[in-house]
Amino acid sequence: MESVESQIAEWRTYVARAPAVNGHDVDELEDHLRHQIAELNAAGLADDEAFLVAVKRMGDLDTVSREFAREHSDRLWKQLLGPGEEVSPAPSGWVEALVIALAAAVVIEVARLVAGFPDDKPTWFARNLGLFVLPFLAAYFARRRHLDSRGWVRTAVPFALAAIVINVYPYDADSDTEILVAAHLPVFLWFAVAYPYMGGTIRSHERRMDFVRFTGEWFIYYVLIALGGGVLMGLTAGIFQPAGVDVDRIAQWVLPAGAAGGVIVAAWLVESKQRVVENMAPVLTMLFTPLFAFMLACAAVVYAVTGLGDAFDRDLLSVFDALLVVVLALVLYAMSAREPSTSPNWMDWIQMVAVASALLLDLMVIGSMLARIGDLGFTPNRTAALGLNVVLLVNLAGAALLSGRFLARRSAFHPLERWQTTYLPVFALWAAAVVVVLPPLFGFS
Amino acid sequence: MLAILADGESYGYAILKRVRALSRGELEWSDGMLYPLLHRLGRLGYVTTEWRAPEGRRRKYYVITDEGRTALAEHQRQWLTVTRALEDAWPGSGALLTGLGEA
Repeated sequence: MESVESQIAEWRTYVARAPAVNGHDVDELEDHLRHQIAELNAAGLADDEAFLVAVKRMGDLDTVSREFAREHSDRLWKQLLGPGEEVSPAPSGWVEALVIALAAAVVIEVARLVAGFPDDKPTWFARNLGLFVLPFLAAYFARRRHLDSRGWVRTAVPFALAAIVINVYPYDADSDTEILVAAHLPVFLWFAVAYPYMGGTIRSHERRMDFVRFTGEWFIYYVLIALGGGVLMGLTAGIFQPAGVDVDRIAQWVLPAGAAGGVIVAAWLVESKQRVVENMAPVLTMLFTPLFAFMLACAAVVYAVTGLGDAFDRDLLSVFDALLVVVLALVLYAMSAREPSTSPNWMDWIQMVAVASALLLDLMVIGSMLARIGDLGFTPNRTAALGLNVVLLVNLAGAALLSGRFLARRSAFHPLERWQTTYLPVFALWAAAVVVVLPPLFGFS
Repeated sequence: MLAILADGESYGYAILKRVRALSRGELEWSDGMLYPLLHRLGRLGYVTTEWRAPEGRRRKYYVITDEGRTALAEHQRQWLTVTRALEDAWPGSGALLTGLGEA
């Protein structure tokens, strides 16, 4: 019996090595194996024979673990590297990432020199900013995912169209619509990156969730890179300023190149460590979702009592919109990191509080915006803000409804996840509408 | 699998034995493949799971939910439609189900 136990233990370790199979699954599979062995024993087989037959019946472990990976793609993101496990000879592709990051940096430098930035600040430079960097990110993923030529063309189409549209439109001087385009184009282009990221399978809801995950991780890495870069620049200034070096001139060169290259490097980091270490964003969402929920609930109560009327102006509106977007991002990210089959826990309740408060705030914002528009009429800014708030409102309302059903145990978590992944294209479409439709609608004013 | 669970809660190994018995040994896939499938049913909300230890060892039990029953009824309806259509399309095959059973 001793030897069978050790054989089972060995088998367990082997199964547990598959990234998408977690401890509970191994327990479950082991239980199955033991049953099978017991039954074969009863049929007259010796222990070791029974073990061999049972393992054989379990099937090819590579195939089984691949099937697990398909069902639990989220786990591939959370795999911890245990002691003694070998790091897969990561197809890190850092050379490729570095070359593309350098290309993005060169392009942004050339554009900057042509624009004369920062002495001159021509508006075309700000307007096209996303187009200087994000096509490289798209190309990076198109290469990594081995897209065929049709895939490459489809990846390129949104970028080409955007480049044509925003540069053909005759914006007025000091045009509001031009500023709106500058703000919304990167959002639209980010969603355009989703196509190569998902390897063209944009209908797959699981891959969409992967893209949400990627966005959250990428953001964290980018912020970290920016912080590191800031420290480096600060120290450089401290060291070289006394020696009479013009640090500002250096910063002019380093900052744009670093910001552009950082986009690619952050994406490469997410890609290459995705299989290796625990990602930190779930921990951060775990930490910040309760804090944001508390803050939102307080804000909802305060503004429900005092009303938005007097305090409401353009600045407050942008703060509100930023807050709502952050809440949505937190909720989405927390969702992407969640094990979908578990039943409601306290984090789900806290998220529900956050979503309900955000919904209430959004309703109040929309109410006072409609009042303002009723008084003063539509402007490009008000239209864009109203549209964004309506897009957010519909999303939050759906999310609140479905998580209510989930918390009442009247449905599974799955519909909630589905709702968010189905809704993602709406954000892209809205950003596209602001870029394409809004300027002509307001005469490029 | 939902139909098996509709008869009462069960766990992996017992479900597999039932599948083998019901298909008279013809529907046999490797045992390990059962679990990703069960987990998928869990994610879709068709079954809930529970760890219990009736005989000392922890074992994961699967219980069908109301949603699972609804989905099962829908699948049964669809299969019945297909079966009827095939019975009409292949005249002389007699009762299709018994025919297949003897094939």
